[in-house]
Parts: sequence; C-alpha cells; structure tokens
Amino acid sequence: MTSVIDAAPARRAFRLTRLFQGLERVVVPGLLIAGWEAFARSGVLPPALLPAPSAVLHALGDWVFGFDETTQTYSGHWLRDAMASALRVFGGFALASLLGILAGVAIGWSRLFEKTLEPTLQMLRPIPPVSWIPLAIIWFGIADKPAIFLVFLGAFFPVLMNAIHGVKTVDHNLVRAGAMMGANQRQMLTDIVLPAALPSIFAGLRIAVGSAWMLTVTAEMVAVKSGLGYVLWDSYYFLRYDIVLAAMISIGLLGYLSDFGLKAVMARTLRWQQTTTVQGRAG
Amino acid sequence: MAAIELRNIVKVFSDKRRGRDLLTLDNIDLDIEANDFVCLLGPSGCGKSTLLNIIAGFEQATSGRTLVDGKQVERPGSDRGVVFQQPTLMPWLTAIDNIAFHLKLKGVGKAERYDRAMEFIDLVGLRGFEHHHPSELSGGMNQRVGIARALLMNPSVILMDEPFAALDAQTKLEMQEELVAIWQKRRCTIVFVTHSVDEALVLGNKIVVMTKRPGRIREAVNFGMPRPRDITSPEFNDAKRRILSLIREESTRLAQAS
Ligand SMILES: Nc1ncnc2c1ncn2[C@@H]1O[C@H](COP(=O)(O)OP(=O)(O)O)[C@@H](O)[C@H]1O
Ligand SMILES: [Mg+2]
Repeated sequence: MTSVIDAAPARRAFRLTRLFQGLERVVVPGLLIAGWEAFARSGVLPPALLPAPSAVLHALGDWVFGFDETTQTYSGHWLRDAMASALRVFGGFALASLLGILAGVAIGWSRLFEKTLEPTLQMLRPIPPVSWIPLAIIWFGIADKPAIFLVFLGAFFPVLMNAIHGVKTVDHNLVRAGAMMGANQRQMLTDIVLPAALPSIFAGLRIAVGSAWMLTVTAEMVAVKSGLGYVLWDSYYFLRYDIVLAAMISIGLLGYLSDFGLKAVMARTLRWQQTTTVQGRAG
Repeated sequence: MAAIELRNIVKVFSDKRRGRDLLTLDNIDLDIEANDFVCLLGPSGCGKSTLLNIIAGFEQATSGRTLVDGKQVERPGSDRGVVFQQPTLMPWLTAIDNIAFHLKLKGVGKAERYDRAMEFIDLVGLRGFEHHHPSELSGGMNQRVGIARALLMNPSVILMDEPFAALDAQTKLEMQEELVAIWQKRRCTIVFVTHSVDEALVLGNKIVVMTKRPGRIREAVNFGMPRPRDITSPEFNDAKRRILSLIREESTRLAQAS
C-alpha cells in the first residue's frame, strides 16, 4: 500500500518533466513561425511575395476542405492532388524496389550477373534522373508514365547499390553454415543471403522513397498536369505564394509519412536486430 | 573402416600478394575411429582449421584423399556437423529455429521441427530460451545453440573448431563437462580443434599433436584416463608432461634447425 501512496507524487513529477521535454522541442519552430508571422505583417515585403503563416494555413485549409474558395480551382481538391502524386510515388517506388532488389541480389551473388549487368548499370547511374525528362516526354507523352519512369530511375539505383552491398557483405561463415546444413543454391539465396542482406536493403529503400518524392514533384512541374508538384508550379505562375508554400508543406508531410511507414515496416521485419540482453529484459 | 580417413593430405595456399606458395599442411595421414573423441592440438597457424575445413568440405586439399564413412568428401554436407569458433547462427532466427534450420531446409513442417528441436534444447540446457534471438543470448548460450544445431542433424562426425576459445574460464569448464556428457550419452565421433593442452586432455581420448608450420602430425597419443577427469591428479599431470615434452622437443628441433 505504502508504495502506491509514495509513487503518486513521483509519477506526477515525472509527467511534468515529460511535458517540459515535449515543450523543448517546439520552442525553436514556435519562435520561427511567430517571427515570420510578425515580419510578414510588418509590411516590409508585399504580402503576395511573402505570405504570413496564417495565410498559408488558410490556403492549405481551403485547398483541403474547400470552405471559401481562396485557392480558386484547387479549393477542396487537395486529396485528389495528393493522391495523384502518391500513386506515382508508389508506382515508381514499387517497381524500383522489385527490380532493384532482384538485380542487386543477382549481381551481388553471381559473378556472371556481376560481369554482364553491372558495368551497364554503373554507367547509367551517374546520369541525373531529371536529365531523362526530355526523353521521357517523347517516349511516354504528358501523363503518369513519364513521372513513374522518372521516379523509377531515382529510386532504382539506391535500392540496387544497397542490395549489392548487402549481399556482398553477408558473413562468409553463415553461407558455410548453410552449406553444412544442406542448403541448395536456391535455399542459400532465400533463407540465408536475402535475410542477411535485409538491413542493407531497407537502408536503400529509405533513401529511395525520398528520391521518389523528389522526382514526382519535379516530373509534375514539367511533364504532368496534376499532382502536388503541378499545383506548386501552376500557383507560382499566378503568384500565389501562399499555395506554393501550402504545396511545399504537403509534400514535406507526405514524404515524412512515407518514411515513417517504411521505418515501421523495417522495425517489424528487423526486430531481431534490436539488441536486448537477457539481463536488460529482466530488469 | 575408420569414420574419417585422411590420406596424404597436402594443402598449399598461394599467397598472391607476395607471389609465393605457402605449404600449410604437409602429408597428413590419420585415421579416426567411430565414437572417438579426437583432439587436434597445435599452436596457432599450424593448419588445424585448414584441416578441419578440408574434412568439412569447405576447402579442397591440394592433394590427398579425405574419406568420411568411406565416401570421398567433395562438398559440405549434413553428414558432418560443424561447430564454428564464433557461434555463426542466423541472427534473424530464434534459438529453436536455428537448431531446426536443417529440418526447415529439408521441408519438415513447423510442428515436427519444433518437436524434434526441443529434445536438443533440453540436451544443451536452454529450455526457457528457445524463442530468444542470438543477440539476446550470451556467448556461451549461443555456442550451445551451435552445438545443438550440429547434433540435431545426427551427423556421423562432429567437427569443432576451438568452439570455447572465446568464452570465460568458468563457462569454458562448464561447457567442456557438458560436451563430454553429451558425447558419452550420444556416442558420436568428435574432432575437436584446440591450442590448449589442458583442454585437449580434459576432452579427448585421442590427442593428435601437430607441429608448427608446415603442419604435420607429431604424434597421436591415446589417452584413456577415466572420466570425470581430475585435472589436478598425478595421472593427468603425467599425461600433460608427456604432451608438453612432445611440443618442447619440436621447438628445440626448430630452434636448432634455424
Ligand atoms: N584462405 C587462405 N589463404 C591463404 N593462407 C591461408 C588461408 N587460410 C589459412 N591460411 C594460412 O594457413 C596457415 C594455417 O591457418 P589455420 O588453418 O587457420 O591455422 P590454425 O587454425 O591452426 O590457427 C596460416 O599461416 C594462415 O595464414
Ligand atoms: Mg584456427
């Protein structure tokens, strides 16, 4: 009983400390936003060139919910625009992951694939994906396809490089242990090499999802007529910097969410990597 | 027919960077009988691991023949269980999945795999830890998983490469006792590599003393001291003196030669 009574104030104090720790994090962004708001309202710059955070929030709100049509034709269409971008990201990223992992494992594991495939891929790698835009447009026209193609190019190489690295650095003795237990070539790949390379592959996937968002937005600025990047570029032509900023915020948020989701999948898949000692568990 | 027959094994490594060849094993000729507990004893770098890897099928001898149960060794296989110096477990699998990995590769269903693996979990004293990952277990416990994994395959020989070298003294003693108990209970053939005279004498009933580079067999000594062996008894010390004098003779010979 006494322990319960004693614990209550301690717990309250603990909760207060937690609250302050939470506040610490928002001090700097809070001050930045307040300063920006004050500066924008002071009238040094015309409001069209530097919209106040409140104006950006207003534009974002109307874009999402469509309450007063301040964002005109975009009013209430945020979900449609965000979905258009997200689908391109997903399409290109999924394709890049699949092919990147397949090619990476093949190159990392087999001398034959390394000799035949790798030189070509390594020569294509330094070409910036955006420089493919003219070709992508004449090949695929103005639509989803060139965007997905660009996203694929941006996401493929990080996955490929990390998959190759992951497979090449698999502990040689694990492969020996597998052979000792009677693994055939296919089992060696699926049951030993692939799981052993997963941490490295996931590192590649996380870099890739960042590139995927970057290239979707780039593609939408020039080669597609929908999505968050298109709204951003279109609003720039009409000098609607509040919408430009609202689009930037949306892209940042969705990019962050994709990485967060990927991190969650990774944490689940690589649970075995989290080191907890026997003692640490008991204590 | 002996369980393992080594016939004139020679191993030469080509040192490409220095552009010369390194004779590592020089004409090793050895028979190991079924159910023997053989300790390969020699200083670091004398080729003990190389010899074990040749029996395991991880490496090919430059010349000579290696037969296990009368069959030529060509590649690694589950008829030879290997316990590595580092536990070398799949870090993404739990203890029981590591032990039953061989059954998984053979396509045995999960219920039967776990059923059969539990016997070995008990044998090496890991009940209660079967669902822990290697990162959650101590070095000694992981090495037990490695031993259980080799035993489960029911191999005709078990090859162990200094499996206790990285353990603390107390854990090492415990593991040595348990290994002897397992060997007595299951009657298997063990080839155990070590550089420690004490370890060889605690474990083996045949001690193969190897020479420094290039690795040759100095002498194979039978050691039938009853178990449990008291390492402070006169009998143990006599044997130790004999082994040490073999090693010392060898060093003196080398010193004179150079
Ligand atoms: N893959 C290899 N390539 C070249 N030299 C090797 C290789 N493996 C072992 N050696 C050499 O062979 C000798 C014996 O090594 P090893 O069998 O590991 O000795 P031990 O296990 O007795 O300490 C050492 O001098 C080592 O440098
Ligand atoms: Mg060695």
